[in-house]
Amino acid sequence: MKINELTIYQARELLKKHELSSLNLTLSLLEQIEDLDKDLGAYITVDKDNVINQAKEADKKIAKGDRDNNFLLGIPIALKDLLCTKGLKTTCGSRILEDFVPTYDATVVLMLKNAGAVILGKTNMDEFAMGSSTENSGFHITRNPLNKKYVPGGSSGGSAAAVAAGMCIAALGSDTGGSIRQPASYCGVVGIKPTYGRVSRFGLVSYASSLDQIGPITKDVKDAAIMMNVISGHDKKDSTSANIKVPDFTSCFNIFKKNGLKGMKAGIPKEYLNLEGLDSDVKKAFLNARKILQDLGADIVDVSLPHLDYAVAAYYVIASSEASSNLARFDGVKYGFRDKSADNLIEMYKKTKSHGFGDEVQLRIIMGTYALSAGYYDEYYARASKVRSLIIKDFSNAFNKCDIIISPVAPTPAFKIGEKIDDPLRMYLTDVFTLSANLAGIPGMSVPCAVSSKGLPIGLQIMADRFDEENILKAGFGFEQNSDMPKNIRNNS
Amino acid sequence: MKITKNDVEKIAHLASLEVNNFKVDKFAEQINKIMQYFDKLKEVDLSGASFVSDVAFQTNVLRKDEKKKSPGPDTTLANAPEKDDDFYIVPRVV
Repeated sequence: MKINELTIYQARELLKKHELSSLNLTLSLLEQIEDLDKDLGAYITVDKDNVINQAKEADKKIAKGDRDNNFLLGIPIALKDLLCTKGLKTTCGSRILEDFVPTYDATVVLMLKNAGAVILGKTNMDEFAMGSSTENSGFHITRNPLNKKYVPGGSSGGSAAAVAAGMCIAALGSDTGGSIRQPASYCGVVGIKPTYGRVSRFGLVSYASSLDQIGPITKDVKDAAIMMNVISGHDKKDSTSANIKVPDFTSCFNIFKKNGLKGMKAGIPKEYLNLEGLDSDVKKAFLNARKILQDLGADIVDVSLPHLDYAVAAYYVIASSEASSNLARFDGVKYGFRDKSADNLIEMYKKTKSHGFGDEVQLRIIMGTYALSAGYYDEYYARASKVRSLIIKDFSNAFNKCDIIISPVAPTPAFKIGEKIDDPLRMYLTDVFTLSANLAGIPGMSVPCAVSSKGLPIGLQIMADRFDEENILKAGFGFEQNSDMPKNIRNNS
Repeated sequence: MKITKNDVEKIAHLASLEVNNFKVDKFAEQINKIMQYFDKLKEVDLSGASFVSDVAFQTNVLRKDEKKKSPGPDTTLANAPEKDDDFYIVPRVV
């Protein structure tokens, strides 16, 4: 195995035993980026100047014996480019923030740094996280490392592609409607959207504040648990962050090793398998995954999410409304791009936004402004918010009968570059399995489960009730150990 | 209800966006298609539904009203596209 393909825990072992240095690990990743990223476009910024120094510093600490037992000491991590990094450009995939250099670190970035991580660079994304294919970046598209004709998914497509192509050890993404889970599924890696409130969002550039959540994208489930241990916890700077105890997310693996999934109830919503547009390879993969979980001891139970059919519409009304409010701050005054051709203030706002934002962002701002405007608020935003309460109730009823809910991550494997870019509605429908978790605030994970007839990975989604990531990780770990997913799918690229 | 080009121009103005003719056409077509899809929300029986604006399910978060050091103007204005000393510069307002 090449060192750039190591997982966090494998690299950690070698670093501890002094069989590998953080510098060598970092150099091998930089070399991989140099070789592949011209074609893949996973990164917007690679912090070349700083990364070598960070690695050398980590090596010094390791030489002294890593007294604080920092789990990420010397491990190079990539960050989706909407997480503020002090002194390092943070663009959010948008021309409007092309030269924005934050003066502070996001809380999750500080947590990674405190755990010893080496911050390798910032990954590409759909502009302001609006998109499901990473074709909407203001800079360049990202290609799927497993087949460059296909999208890597989105909006955290840069992070997923970087992990899948061995261009970082692990990464952070953000998930507003599936933006961690769907690209993880398309690229054959693991991605978790934690419970709303589990991870601080201070320093995350907001898209839809009642839905956004930061989470890890990793090579396997164990790494995902390690990352969750580092980034979870209460933060006074985020008033939506939950003040509850964070468990050791890796401890559930021992429970699995002892008892398998005995006693765990896995719910399958009856609405999911009859969904229009569900690809036959995805359905087959899902049914096979169900059998594997059953063989591991899980009881399969039928549950129902009767309002599933309305989730996409409710989600896009709410997300666009919140976006139209959140993105009003980019006015060319305090930070970011300003169009200097205007000679009065209002014209300056208009020109700055229209030349700084891409078309999809402008479309959503217009839709959101419409949904919130006088005369239409009740019809769209208020109605969608009420439908959201019914979706929350559906999940809460379902979790009275089961511990986890399993489903496909997306209705199809990755689609071709350009296939959906001119049809926003078709693009939105790719989020049908993932976005209801954001509406309900519950956690969800994508774990690789099969390969399609075209050789593209397919993910299994595992969701659980709020703050029950442990059951997700336990089931995901068990599944990963026992699935027939080729272990080398990423390395065949 | 069909959204006209005129509606798109009006909403764009409310959102401080400048849209040219080509974009008005494109946005009007896309928004109509999407709004038509949103109309399926009207089928939902909302009896028993309540308005939900977030899922934090928390009481209000308060903090002590304590004096803290501010980052200072150099940091605050570090990314300003145009500034003069401690002030943001904007085009003429009146």
